[in-house]
Amino acid sequence: MTKIPLVIEELHRSETKLVHDLLRLSDRHKPDHDIHHLARDLAGWSRDHVAELSRVGRRFDLDLDADAGDGDGVLSVLRQKGADLLGRRPEPALLLLADLRHLYRDASGVSLDWELLAQAAQSTKDQELLDVAERCHPETLRQARWANAMLKELSAQALVT
Amino acid sequence: MRQDRIADPWGRRTPYGPGERWPVRVDTYLADGLAPEDVERWVQTASILHSNGDALDIAVRDGRIAGVRGRAADRVNHGRLGPKDLFGWQANGSPDRLTRPLVRRDGRLVETDWDTAMDAVVGRVRDLLDEQGPSAVGFYTTGQLFLEEYYTLGLIAHGGIGTNHVDGNTRLCTATAAEALKESFACDGQPGSYSDIDHADVVALYGHNMAETQAVLWSRLLDRLAGPEPPALVCVDPRDTPVARAATVHLAPLPGTNVMLMNALIHEIIAAGWVDHDYVGAHAVGFAELRERTAGTTPEVAARVCDVPADEIRRAARLIGTARRLLSTVLQGFYQSHQATAAAVQVNNIHIIRGMLGRPGCGVLQMNGQPTAENTRECGADGDLPGFRNWANDAHVADLARIWHIDPLRIPHYAPPTHLMQMMRYAEEGSIRFLWVNGTNPVVSLPELRRVRGILSQQRLFLVVQDIFLSETAQLADVVLPAATWGEKTGTFTNADRTVHLSEKAVEPPGEARADLDIYLDFARRLDLRDKDGAPLVPWTDAEGAFEGWKECSAGRPCDYSGLTYGKLRGGSGVQWPCDADNPDGTERIYADGRFWSRPDYCESYGRDLATGAPLEPTEYRAMNPSGKAVLKAAAYQPPHETPDSAYPFHLVTGRTLYHFHTRTKTARAPQLQAAAPEVWVEMSGTDAAARGLREGDLLDVRTPRGSVQARLRICGIRPGVLFLPFHYGYWDTAGGHEPDGEGRAANELTVTDWDPASKQPLFKAGVATVALARAGEGAAAPAPTTTASRPVVDGVTPTAGGPAAVVDEDVRS
Repeated sequence: MTKIPLVIEELHRSETKLVHDLLRLSDRHKPDHDIHHLARDLAGWSRDHVAELSRVGRRFDLDLDADAGDGDGVLSVLRQKGADLLGRRPEPALLLLADLRHLYRDASGVSLDWELLAQAAQSTKDQELLDVAERCHPETLRQARWANAMLKELSAQALVT
Repeated sequence: MRQDRIADPWGRRTPYGPGERWPVRVDTYLADGLAPEDVERWVQTASILHSNGDALDIAVRDGRIAGVRGRAADRVNHGRLGPKDLFGWQANGSPDRLTRPLVRRDGRLVETDWDTAMDAVVGRVRDLLDEQGPSAVGFYTTGQLFLEEYYTLGLIAHGGIGTNHVDGNTRLCTATAAEALKESFACDGQPGSYSDIDHADVVALYGHNMAETQAVLWSRLLDRLAGPEPPALVCVDPRDTPVARAATVHLAPLPGTNVMLMNALIHEIIAAGWVDHDYVGAHAVGFAELRERTAGTTPEVAARVCDVPADEIRRAARLIGTARRLLSTVLQGFYQSHQATAAAVQVNNIHIIRGMLGRPGCGVLQMNGQPTAENTRECGADGDLPGFRNWANDAHVADLARIWHIDPLRIPHYAPPTHLMQMMRYAEEGSIRFLWVNGTNPVVSLPELRRVRGILSQQRLFLVVQDIFLSETAQLADVVLPAATWGEKTGTFTNADRTVHLSEKAVEPPGEARADLDIYLDFARRLDLRDKDGAPLVPWTDAEGAFEGWKECSAGRPCDYSGLTYGKLRGGSGVQWPCDADNPDGTERIYADGRFWSRPDYCESYGRDLATGAPLEPTEYRAMNPSGKAVLKAAAYQPPHETPDSAYPFHLVTGRTLYHFHTRTKTARAPQLQAAAPEVWVEMSGTDAAARGLREGDLLDVRTPRGSVQARLRICGIRPGVLFLPFHYGYWDTAGGHEPDGEGRAANELTVTDWDPASKQPLFKAGVATVALARAGEGAAAPAPTTTASRPVVDGVTPTAGGPAAVVDEDVRS
């Protein structure tokens, strides 16, 4: 009996979480404008992945939500206001490092799950599933590389001052 | 022949045909009443008020600048000058020049002597280095210093202090040009040459209002258009610019959709079979992915997103795809818009897939905004390592350390250089505590001014401003250093097509003002910066010495100056780099025969992810491009971060006008230029104005989530749904001094803080806005020029003219 539905389900869960992680990152670091904007752009990629997984999941009798949701509504606004108020203080720089580190690890985990799905798709000669994995997985890697690159760029200033 | 060059900015036509030499026309403007025989000396230089690099001679009489004359022998302008060249020099003699250093005492700036001012600067730097280290210190310069000054600053900041926080305001104007070239060719360096205009049969201008940004280059193109076998023009611009009016095809996409449009053009070129597959096979990597990524972007798809007719996209693609000699130019319409680098790279892609590089008429000009922007890129004043060295390549860092005679660890290369917008963020959160601003005016020129004023007014930030006038930014400084400017000091600078010009000192600077180079040298001496043997870190003491130092640093690198001397640059024409023993007369076109500077061990950059900005790892680059070809980088369209809605129904773009430069510190002090565009205005299409019952000259409140500005309405040919505001107008000539006293005037009160992920260039053409009527105009027209993109659509507006004070002598020589 195939375990592919389990992998799809797990990916759907972790990609949905990645959407929320990215949106929260965006809210919490609004004064870091590139983080704020790019995290939202990159959440869009994961949102697409969630919709794709929902679509292919139907073939495996899975009923997965195609919409990753919008994050936390009112809480999101509050987070952004809070971030604005803290904009002149040094602590958010360390918090940003912690959040990017968290994102890097989560995105790397999602990347591994895509690898598993691609392996399974290959061994069952499921071309449609393989196409989805080959389209989505590179974007997950780019999300992880972005987190890594931002860590490299920002860490020296945050850690030595 | 005498012409009013405010009324006719491009002067008299001298038509010529393909492959012919552009005729010489020498433009001369002398102060009122002077004749050429009254001039005591002519002193060689080039223009400092735009990036074109028009060569000119300064007329000197009684120890003062008395006029200018174009240099007939120069390859760039063949004697011609633009309005800012002709009239801008008058600012040098302005009575409100800074003549003494100022320091802040009890909250007020007071005059002092150089020792006191420099000791305050050096004392603060030394304290911060002891307390926090180099991460506390940042330098923000300009695109208007000389090569020698940038290189010296790069050495002091990178090699001496060891800070990674160095950038120029070139971040606002030329960062995307540099990044796009680094992405496609793994190295900066302008592929094309101005002389490509003499040969091209199709010229495509992407977001480049050449008529206003490089007036003399536009004269060259106008002369081709007036001659036999004129080129066809393709213009991509949401405004009805003089370029758009001359174009065979004008595409006016919605702001933020450039990548979508470019992908459709590339899709058409590939689908129609206009690709030079032999060239691509031999000289490029990445074609399969480019084809795949653009496969779905038909003109119909793009037409819906860009709001441009699909058939017009097809017409443009056919012109570009079937051109025999294609010249493309790119500027702020792409560089300051959403997905800036991604869009500019697609222009390079077109040239690569069509094999249109390195031959007469076949070139890309990724333009600059500022006169010496190119030198910030070469010399490291934009944060990069000098000589297009690769900060991620340890061998390059070691090589630089050898030349500088220091330990490689002293050169910060742990991460990409800190770009300006990040420096502002570090200052905001308090980790940059010393910022030295030279020759630029961030309190007017950066996005979201309320935020910028807040950051730069902080008590905990020590702000040094080096300038020639008490700009808005200088008014916030702790120390103000009075600088000499163009015409008052000697040095070299390089224009947007790699032409190096010598600029000689013609007159003495006012009062105690000093050359920027001398100020930096004094700083290094007072800080006692040393090399690893204890000798002074900066070994030179004058401009020519710095130039010789730069020659050593640039030797063997793409921007090779080793074959140049001041002597060689004196007299005739400017010379294009690379100039070395093998190319003693310089190099007109690089990348001939598909040879690039992109080998992994030689290249300046391994590139970045265009969507996220994450740098590629050296191993990734090596695997992708082992043998040093051009890189075709595809990009998916990403919707902009702000889109119009019911509260903010318009796109807002900002930009420049022909008659002004930057924040008007110089051009507002030249009477002819100031009179041509005396006050801010806002542009709107006739359709949008009619729908709101608005009329020419009405005073409008323009509002965004960031702030508001009041400006008179110019109804013009801009596309519907888009507003335009010129960015030149700040507060130094208002009651507010450095900030609004009542209603806002500076366009950047409105702009959003957002930047391109790859080039880090702020996106001045990316926000949304709304308007409301503040006061009816009652018949008075907006104070906008009628000669330019702001040409009115209604009758009865008085045409822009300069009158007798703007009459220039034009001497056409056959």
